[in-house]
Amino acid sequence: MKNFATLLLIFSISMTMVGCDPSKSVVTLASTTSTEDSGLFSVLAPAFEEDNPDYELRVIAVGTGEALELGRRKDADILLVHAPISEIEFIESGHGVNRKEVMRNDFVLLGPSDDPVGIASAADSIDALEMIAKAESDYVSRGDESGTHKKETSLWDEASVQPPFEGDWFISTGQGMGNSLTIASEKQAYILSDKATYLTRQDNLELSALFQGGSDLSNFYSVIEVTDASETEGAKAFSDWITSAAGKSVISGFGSDEFTEPLFIPTQE
Amino acid sequence: MSETLLEIVIRSIFVSGIATMIGLAIGIPVGAALGLWKLQRKRATHGRRGRLLLLALVNTGMGLPPVVVGVFIAITLSRSGPLGFFELLYSVPAIIIAQVVLSAPLSAGITYATVASLPERFILQLRAFGANGRQVFRELLWESRLGILAAAAVGFGQVISEVGAVTIVGGNIEGSTRVMTTAIVLEARKGEFIAALGLGLVLLALVFGANLLVARFQESRR
Repeated sequence: MKNFATLLLIFSISMTMVGCDPSKSVVTLASTTSTEDSGLFSVLAPAFEEDNPDYELRVIAVGTGEALELGRRKDADILLVHAPISEIEFIESGHGVNRKEVMRNDFVLLGPSDDPVGIASAADSIDALEMIAKAESDYVSRGDESGTHKKETSLWDEASVQPPFEGDWFISTGQGMGNSLTIASEKQAYILSDKATYLTRQDNLELSALFQGGSDLSNFYSVIEVTDASETEGAKAFSDWITSAAGKSVISGFGSDEFTEPLFIPTQE
Repeated sequence: MSETLLEIVIRSIFVSGIATMIGLAIGIPVGAALGLWKLQRKRATHGRRGRLLLLALVNTGMGLPPVVVGVFIAITLSRSGPLGFFELLYSVPAIIIAQVVLSAPLSAGITYATVASLPERFILQLRAFGANGRQVFRELLWESRLGILAAAAVGFGQVISEVGAVTIVGGNIEGSTRVMTTAIVLEARKGEFIAALGLGLVLLALVFGANLLVARFQESRR
């Protein structure tokens, strides 16, 4: 019986190995749902593997909070996230090294095309949020402590009123960008979205970009190599590649044909 | 989380409790009718095809993938869908609808299995005492009450533990459609594994409690 159990274990382990090329090392990248929802990795992963044939890239798309937790638990070799304050904490507590800024993605405030509150004429993003709060117009918040939600929170912190609000108009979904956009469209509510996800999803949304621009509406993505991870070499290879000219050209090329503007803007040295 | 854990737990019990009850109200008559047909199959010949089809549908329904149910209901209730004017998507009623779709076939299936396993002579005896169709039906249900109770517990356990459909049609909105399973996913995604585990234990305890209640009832009545 014991032998049988051992055999079964060996069998199941070998089954999970099927599909992996044994000559390649698997690099596990933890990233955010906003990058995954935009489709960036379906372009980035093959390009990286082509330039670095020794490695196979596996992407786990989760919230920034979970991505950092995966790093702390050494379940990921490298992180591509966008929450600068949490990232610095992560590195200071010894979990990661070599934080390098990779790219930028801008935020945009979306809403019903008739813009009932008139945020299109707001002075800045904080003014726009204050207008929505004052009118108690439906507003969808990610509420999942993701990078985008942290951005949103930092904007509210600057405003004269802050969540949590009384009333049903403030809708906290606790879901990824894609799902939250669908909910905002159905409810004809305002929402802060990253531009990449919005552009890729706009065809099936009844939402218009009402307010954008300003330095406080930018989203900076960085790579962090996880210390003591199982594949530190591969992590370094990815980190070097994505910040190289080859990696940057893939990023800036992504979506340019389809949307007339790049979805992500690589950081210039 | 500004919403308390208790509110989420109470909402989950309320939503899934109602859905289970509606599911039973639909499933029991269908299941009992199918069971009765099985008991009388030697004599009943008309409408046989329809009943076979219904039985196959119930069995399929018992294995419906929840996410598929979720997507289907979301499309139906969406603003651009056929029932969009009710504005039900991302509301508690939408969750209840999805959970009814998932639990009704289970109720029907288990009721059917219980009724069909009753001895055939039972009906003959009832008829011999001069019972009419409605009375036979009632007696059959009464004799099957333990199986039906099990159907209630299984149905409740299934819908309160379900996450795919509830996320799609409910939207996991804080203070409105956030239930235990979607809260667990959210906590896990935030990296708060301890909070997720805690909620998971509460959920397990609830399902266990419902089954314990039914088990005790079944034992005392046997």
